[in-house]
Amino acid sequence: MTDLTKLTLSEARDGLVAKDFSATELTQAHLKAIEAGNDDLNIYVLPTPDVALAQAKASDDRISKGTAGVLEGVPLGIKDLFCTRGVRTTACSKILDDFKPTYESTVTQNLWDAGAVMLGKLNNDEFAMGSSNENSAFGPVVNPWRRKGSQDKLVPGGSSGGSAAAVAAGLCLAATATDTGGSIRQPASLTGTVGVKPTYGRCSRYGIVAFASSLDQAGPITKTVRDGALMLKVIAGHDPKDSTSVDVAVPDYEAGLQEGVKGLRVGVPKEYRIDGMAEEVASLWEQGIAWLKDAGAIIHEISLPHTKYALPAYYIIAPAEASSNLARYDGVRYGLRVPGKDLIDTYEETRAAGFGAEVKRRVLIGTYVLSAGYYDAYYLKAQKVRTLIKGDFDAAWNTVDVVLTPTTPTPAFAFGEKSGDPVQMYLEDIFTVTVNMAGLPGLSVPAGLSGEGTPLGLQLIGKPFDEATLLRAGQTIENAAGRFPIPERWWV
Amino acid sequence: MHVDEKTVRRIAHLARIKITDDEAAGLESELSAILDWVEQLSEVDTESVEPMTRVVPISLKQREDIVKDGEKPNEIVANAPMSGDDFFVVPKVVE
Repeated sequence: MTDLTKLTLSEARDGLVAKDFSATELTQAHLKAIEAGNDDLNIYVLPTPDVALAQAKASDDRISKGTAGVLEGVPLGIKDLFCTRGVRTTACSKILDDFKPTYESTVTQNLWDAGAVMLGKLNNDEFAMGSSNENSAFGPVVNPWRRKGSQDKLVPGGSSGGSAAAVAAGLCLAATATDTGGSIRQPASLTGTVGVKPTYGRCSRYGIVAFASSLDQAGPITKTVRDGALMLKVIAGHDPKDSTSVDVAVPDYEAGLQEGVKGLRVGVPKEYRIDGMAEEVASLWEQGIAWLKDAGAIIHEISLPHTKYALPAYYIIAPAEASSNLARYDGVRYGLRVPGKDLIDTYEETRAAGFGAEVKRRVLIGTYVLSAGYYDAYYLKAQKVRTLIKGDFDAAWNTVDVVLTPTTPTPAFAFGEKSGDPVQMYLEDIFTVTVNMAGLPGLSVPAGLSGEGTPLGLQLIGKPFDEATLLRAGQTIENAAGRFPIPERWWV
Repeated sequence: MHVDEKTVRRIAHLARIKITDDEAAGLESELSAILDWVEQLSEVDTESVEPMTRVVPISLKQREDIVKDGEKPNEIVANAPMSGDDFFVVPKVVE
């Protein structure tokens, strides 16, 4: 029998429909893989085998009755930022303690309505703040990839490090993730997986622990572009519970995937050729351009002049919004409470004990830039710069349909390599953060290996709500580059 | 932009986070480094630029103003560190 944890999401779906195996068998195979790998990889912060097996059994019943949903019986991992009814949800922060939501996030509800199975909750950087998954209260996730001939532990990227590592390691068929500045695409790039960050408003944010509300967006991390298309279709759509979710039709993304890119206008922004970009990243970018050109796309050099200001503007806007959002963690209504001598002291003690170092840093930066006398100089200035960044893209859409860039400036790095210097870590998101600032859809697709034998991704950026074109161009790259399964499951 | 220790402590109090002396010293240099780095935004001419208010230019959907949810105090206090009679219980605020 084939190893069911090596299937793609769409292969598993087809196999279930053809009754090659049952949802219970498929789920058991993944639960076994989690049991074998989780000690080494620290991917799941809460496996939920009982929930999974009950859902799988219900799926098998529906399959036999002929009432299967589009994701019937496929086992998924859920980032611990999504509220799951009755199942502990922590955002990987001590401050949420043993929080068990009494409601379900819309994205996960959409998945269960389609028949999917939950294997458990996945590790991430605390409140999605980080680019290496080293900021989790549950400890860091280990990247299943290692450098050639080395046993050193590498980071999987962040903040959706658990989601990306789980998919790469075969500890789920696909995973939910969220992206505020690159948290889907950067870990996808560092683990050889596909990550889709949809247009702002494409997926409901209801029930997702908020980080920066004007930037946060949910999306899938999957093994293939087709799987990303399949899962996006299920999670996307308008939701009355999120007033920023947009009521536009969700196309069948899978249908047009193999239509190719003949005549598609692809922009290559000159501002992304930064100093310090690894040589192998630069040459992979050239390779990506060549693949699209060979497939009939038309390449245009474009200019996005305000690119270099996106990251500093982001590090004003995101912490400002985070400091407001995280004000709710006060030890009164849910989560941790550390008693103090009065109410204010209880707040201060609770938040001191509950938040990790990076979260405190960002809440303080946010509080500072929003404090009396500084609002105009920082927050208002950053929101004006954001208008200019979006304007750069609006102008580019006159001449191109998609933009091609690298996803990350370097391949996966070692534990501790960048965690000593916040600004150095922030630079990990230099190519991804513009997309959030402009509210655009972005996709990272594996495109090659570094000299160290670790994966690297290319990023495609699209027009608002044009995920279909992004996925089609991503499929063209995947067809040319091939897929990048992990050479050896060393943790088994 | 240098943030001194006094400012760090003022901000931490505004943010309701108690910080130790060690943390205050570390945050002084980290926050200063981050604020120095974002300072590059002053190079950008934003004189006649409107600040971004929403990335997707849509008007918000309207709905009927009717109650569709509620009557579940048990669920609302279910995760409270301390509750009684469906109320959240906090330390005494008024003497």
